[in-house]
Amino acid sequence: MLASVRAELLKLRKRPAVWVLGGVWLAMLLTFGYLLPYFSSPDSTVGPGASPLAELLPGNLVANTVGGYALFGGALVMILGALVAGSEYGWGSLKTVLTQRPGRLAVFGGTLAALGAILLAVVLVSFAVSAGASATLAAAEGLPIQWPPVADLVQGIAAGWLVLGMWCLFGLLLGTLTRGTALAIGLGLVWALVVENLIRASANALEWLDAVQRVLPGVNAGSVVAALGARGEGDGDGTPGVAAIVSGTQGALTVTALLVVFAAAAAVLVQRRDVL
Amino acid sequence: MTTSIIETQPGQGRQAAVPVVVARGLTKRYRSGVLAVDAVDLQVNRGEVYGFLGPNGAGKTTTMRMLLGLIRPTSGSVTVLGQPPGAPAGLSRIGALVESPGFYPYLSGRDNLRVLARYAGVPDSRVEEVLGVAGLSDRAGDTFARYSLGMKQRLGVASTLLNDPDLLVLDEPTNGLDPAGMADMRRLIARLGAEGRAVLLSSHQLGEVEQVCDRVGVISGGRVIAESTVAELRGQAELVVVATPLADAARAAAALLGESAVQRRGDALRCQIDPARVGELNRALVRAGVDVTELRRDERSLEEVFLAMTTQEVPDVG
Repeated sequence: MLASVRAELLKLRKRPAVWVLGGVWLAMLLTFGYLLPYFSSPDSTVGPGASPLAELLPGNLVANTVGGYALFGGALVMILGALVAGSEYGWGSLKTVLTQRPGRLAVFGGTLAALGAILLAVVLVSFAVSAGASATLAAAEGLPIQWPPVADLVQGIAAGWLVLGMWCLFGLLLGTLTRGTALAIGLGLVWALVVENLIRASANALEWLDAVQRVLPGVNAGSVVAALGARGEGDGDGTPGVAAIVSGTQGALTVTALLVVFAAAAAVLVQRRDVL
Repeated sequence: MTTSIIETQPGQGRQAAVPVVVARGLTKRYRSGVLAVDAVDLQVNRGEVYGFLGPNGAGKTTTMRMLLGLIRPTSGSVTVLGQPPGAPAGLSRIGALVESPGFYPYLSGRDNLRVLARYAGVPDSRVEEVLGVAGLSDRAGDTFARYSLGMKQRLGVASTLLNDPDLLVLDEPTNGLDPAGMADMRRLIARLGAEGRAVLLSSHQLGEVEQVCDRVGVISGGRVIAESTVAELRGQAELVVVATPLADAARAAAALLGESAVQRRGDALRCQIDPARVGELNRALVRAGVDVTELRRDERSLEEVFLAMTTQEVPDVG
């Protein structure tokens, strides 16, 4: 499978869409995670606002970095997963790959491993960029730089990787299922941005719908990052998609289970379906 | 690549006894009910270039996909290089180009091959070799999206050679190539066969098939309706005799060759005759006092044979 991983990494490394999505994510992180809150902070020396400056400082690095993973970052990597799987069908490259030496599952395993590596890199770079931004703001305000404990950092990185991995595999499954990119991305975004919100909005009124929402990808991803201290939707200007609907542990377990289900379903499709 | 000579066919210089592809009763019926391939029996031997002929929708590509494990047969059995279709041990010895070349448009031709080389577990140095064989070295740095159809086809053929395969499955490999490219491709395919590899070639270019294939299978409506050498498929050549008086010529020819071997059509005779006996026939005609004005061999072209066969069949697949 190592050969498949190397091949997939070469494809991903040279694919412009990967860099575009990564760049968009980092730009969003900086803009909505630091710059806009800073310029609107009542504590900053720049201008009035509502966000407390303390939340942008290095001590709050984990919460401020992972806050966007539940919805915005998740949507972006969902697009990545759909592109990686769906375009193989659209370009006809899957048949070319599957007539090389590795079996179907080895090729699929290579894709998973390579995506895992890319996502880990995205998470690490996100934390590095957040660290740089928060340290810069602290220095600009003349405040002491106090980093979070290493254990919190590791937990945040692991949680971020898990949440992004789940969303990415959701996209990968949709791309495999639809054998294309456009429909997969459309369905994925509608699910993440519309369907889950509608279910959550109605869950208070219907008991059975409350049970349903507790197994949804976005709800559990939001609960995981909320457990890490990210400001949620109930906190005024908190991050959309972040809400402690279930506990952090339950959220992490459910996200892990969903990740496994998405991967297994996609693997079955890749293994069993005809490649036309 | 070295191979042992098992059995040499006269005039071909290739061994032809070790089966590389064996399909028995291969059938594919899609969920829609369409019967794409219907009980196909197929055998391709080592060192043989096997031509797969058939009209559009006849089932050629579906058969090839089944051999490669891309499509699962509904019924029937297949082994390719002794392995079930799609098994890594078999795929590592197969080079395949099925339908249009499928590559990554954002990658250069070279990087596309590097990706496939990694999947196939062959060193990157092999990429430059096959780029050279395909005549793409000068444009290897261009992205695939900017390639012409012919260049894409060349890259597809290059990809099939990466793992130095024992079996090549080539589906319309000359599509989009200019005449020089087609000639290059024919030479390459002939050379690959001469090197002891088996080649399964589907093509609409009947002239191409005539030139490079040792045996031909004709598929129509999902069924193999004929399989033989090109010469056998075309049938024994007839000798056209134009002479006067024609009645005397017919008697003399029949006396030499037998009544059944001589037919009078219009103002000429058509004789079934061993080419080695043409001179003997000429002398007999002259001795019979006949003025011989024309003696020529008349072979049916593969195209004539193909059209005659396939227009009698009604394809049932799209």
